[in-house]
Amino acid sequence: MAAKVVTISSGKGGVGKTTSVANIAVALAARGQRVACVDGDIGLRNLDVVMGLENRIVYDLVDVIEGRCRLRQAMIRDKRLPELYLIPAAQTRDKTAVSPSDMVRLCDELRPEVDWILIDSPAGIERGFKNAIAAADRVLVVTNPDVSAVRDADRVVGILDAEEKGPALLVINRVNTDMVKRGDMLSVDDILDLLAIDLIGIVPEDENVIVASNKGQPLTLDTKNRAGQAFQNIARRLMGEQVAFLELETPGLWQRLLGRKPR
Amino acid sequence: MNFFRRKKSASSAKERLQLVLIHDRTDLNPAELEALKDDLIQTISRHVEIDPQGVMINVAQDGRSQRLVADIPLRSANRRHR
Repeated sequence: MAAKVVTISSGKGGVGKTTSVANIAVALAARGQRVACVDGDIGLRNLDVVMGLENRIVYDLVDVIEGRCRLRQAMIRDKRLPELYLIPAAQTRDKTAVSPSDMVRLCDELRPEVDWILIDSPAGIERGFKNAIAAADRVLVVTNPDVSAVRDADRVVGILDAEEKGPALLVINRVNTDMVKRGDMLSVDDILDLLAIDLIGIVPEDENVIVASNKGQPLTLDTKNRAGQAFQNIARRLMGEQVAFLELETPGLWQRLLGRKPR
Repeated sequence: MNFFRRKKSASSAKERLQLVLIHDRTDLNPAELEALKDDLIQTISRHVEIDPQGVMINVAQDGRSQRLVADIPLRSANRRHR
């Protein structure tokens, strides 16, 4: 089976794209899937530190594209999961070192080797983003419940539709249930009303996300952690499983009764 | 500040975003919408008598697509000719 290419994007920076990629990748790999993560943020490499693989980098994405190494040489194997790989971004180059067709070629070469290719898109809607979505079969858009992140997510969703990469799937990250209850944070229903796209995951705000990236150990391996569970559920939904949303991630009554309006 | 009458910040966030997203998606700002309304009143008035005060023009949402909705009250012909 050839791999599915899933790009994780957001528009706004700092909403949790890299954390999402690392955790979804670990969750997929823990379910026996072969996964390759590609850091698409050239010049601002980060996925390596979040995954705890920064000391193993020899070759990077641009080395593969420019023919300085074979694909396999740039695939860094994870410490814990044998079928999880990272292709790091180049740190000393910029986004113009890669073109959308380079990404398509790279993914075509990678597809037979794994089951999933997860691409971490850079923030913004320029070249790096266009590179990241070029080969995508599916695009996840990550947002937080704040006005700027939701607005930028809407722009990205619109561009994905225009580029025929839609419909995007939404990940709402850093939901603080207490603030939602107090009426001081947009709820999941509010965000779905505004963006009018399908949901694939709701991740609660959790200090352990920072602790985990401090250690370079994605928290998804900790089965008791709520945020980790949320990422595992996203992985299962990607694999086609019907997974109920966790208690805190339950959509409103109306959404459940009526389902989402087909588009 | 009266705590009990404080408007919840999430609902103002939602209202503000609803307007911002319409403009982001359509490239149509309130001033342009107003200019469009004036043009519409002029054009329609050449064919039929309308009540310009009652003309409403809005962008309605249907999922991710937008629709321009105009409500144009006509003046009754009977009343005019009586």
